[in-house]
Amino acid sequence: MDSEREPLFSSKNLKLLTDPLSDNNPITVQVLGICSALAITVKLKPAIVMALSVMAVLAVSNVVISALRKSIPPRIRIIVQLVVIATMVILVDQFLKAFAYDISKQLSVFVGLIITNCILMGRLEAFAMANKPWPSFLDGIGNASGYGLILIIVAFFRELLGSGTLMGFPVLEKTGLYHMGYENNGLMILPPMALITIGIIIWIQRSKNRSLIEE
Amino acid sequence: MKDFSNAYIFRFSVILIFIVAVLLSAAAMLLQPLQEKNVELEKKQSILASINIESTRKNAEKLYDKYIKKTLVVDDQGNIKKGIDAFSVDMAEEIRKPHNKRNLPVYFSTLDNGEKKIIVPLRGKGLWGPIYGYISFNDDYKTIYGATFNNDKETPGLGAEISTRSFQKQFQKKTIFDKNGKFISILVKKGGATPGSPNEVDAISGGTLTSKGLQAMLQDCLSGYVPWFRKQMKQQK
Repeated sequence: MDSEREPLFSSKNLKLLTDPLSDNNPITVQVLGICSALAITVKLKPAIVMALSVMAVLAVSNVVISALRKSIPPRIRIIVQLVVIATMVILVDQFLKAFAYDISKQLSVFVGLIITNCILMGRLEAFAMANKPWPSFLDGIGNASGYGLILIIVAFFRELLGSGTLMGFPVLEKTGLYHMGYENNGLMILPPMALITIGIIIWIQRSKNRSLIEE
Repeated sequence: MKDFSNAYIFRFSVILIFIVAVLLSAAAMLLQPLQEKNVELEKKQSILASINIESTRKNAEKLYDKYIKKTLVVDDQGNIKKGIDAFSVDMAEEIRKPHNKRNLPVYFSTLDNGEKKIIVPLRGKGLWGPIYGYISFNDDYKTIYGATFNNDKETPGLGAEISTRSFQKQFQKKTIFDKNGKFISILVKKGGATPGSPNEVDAISGGTLTSKGLQAMLQDCLSGYVPWFRKQMKQQK
């Protein structure tokens, strides 16, 4: 046990929050959680709800596992982590079905598939099992934000270029682009374009931050 | 790392599972009424869409009560089945039964201009999962007034196009009987409907299997209503 108390938002703790947003982003740097990033980024609104769902699941699971970390028998730790994640995911799914039915239909199986999102197991095993609840909570929020940030950027471009709307609001129609012969790009709606969009984000990020480029 | 005995591991698992089970059952029980309400509202919105009335989650209940005047359940011989609530009939269950055992719900609607419409539910299989919807007829019991289809898992941009308004609009003014009064349903034609044909609509390019599923669904569900439709036509004469 540390004898001196750390301030809640010490620079070390803040780093847990900000690191996953850029230099240690779970999607663009660690390349985890790609599958859901491809599937639910057609529209902005489901992407935002998905990001918030992952945040809720990851932050709470991280705190629970971290609080239990000394009493979890190492031999069954992976199963315990899975049970905690699965419980949280089912709760989130139930809440969405009750309070955001339309979005829960659009997200369909992908809420359930948060269980298999590699970011979650990765954070629980690598961070929460070895750290105190508060840093684990920040780590969860940070990593989920990093995941959500990419999701929202991708969804922004896919919805704008693919459907000509943002949050369902027809922005391109208002600008009068359609009268000039512009048409929505149907390709943006299909999953491959999500992959290409993420690829472009990774490209931009690495050309700005050369230290991320592997030898 | 500490060494844990087998007894401890066993105790730990049992307690963990117990807490999780209590938590999940409590959540499921508390949220169930809200979830069922959502499903019901969606059904009402869907029924309204088949008579070309757009509704939102908020006004669906009010509009439904305003436009849907009467419901009943018929069998495939054209007789009315008493004592069954049409709205609570689950089509997913009905289509698994043989035709002569099915409960076939009918909704009657009166529009603002006084026109009467008859709405029947549809359910069938698409390519990846169930497809379902409602189709409404004019009170001549053969001309389609409107149709709405939904899907859970069809491919976006291809099969899922059956849920778009532009695809559904094709069904308006089509008829499910031919010139001699024989029931032929609606054909979802690959390569495009014959121009001017009253029984055909365009299939979706790239969505052949979903289109086929849709055609099979129309054939399967509507055929059960034909005897009852004929009875109504006779009464009108």
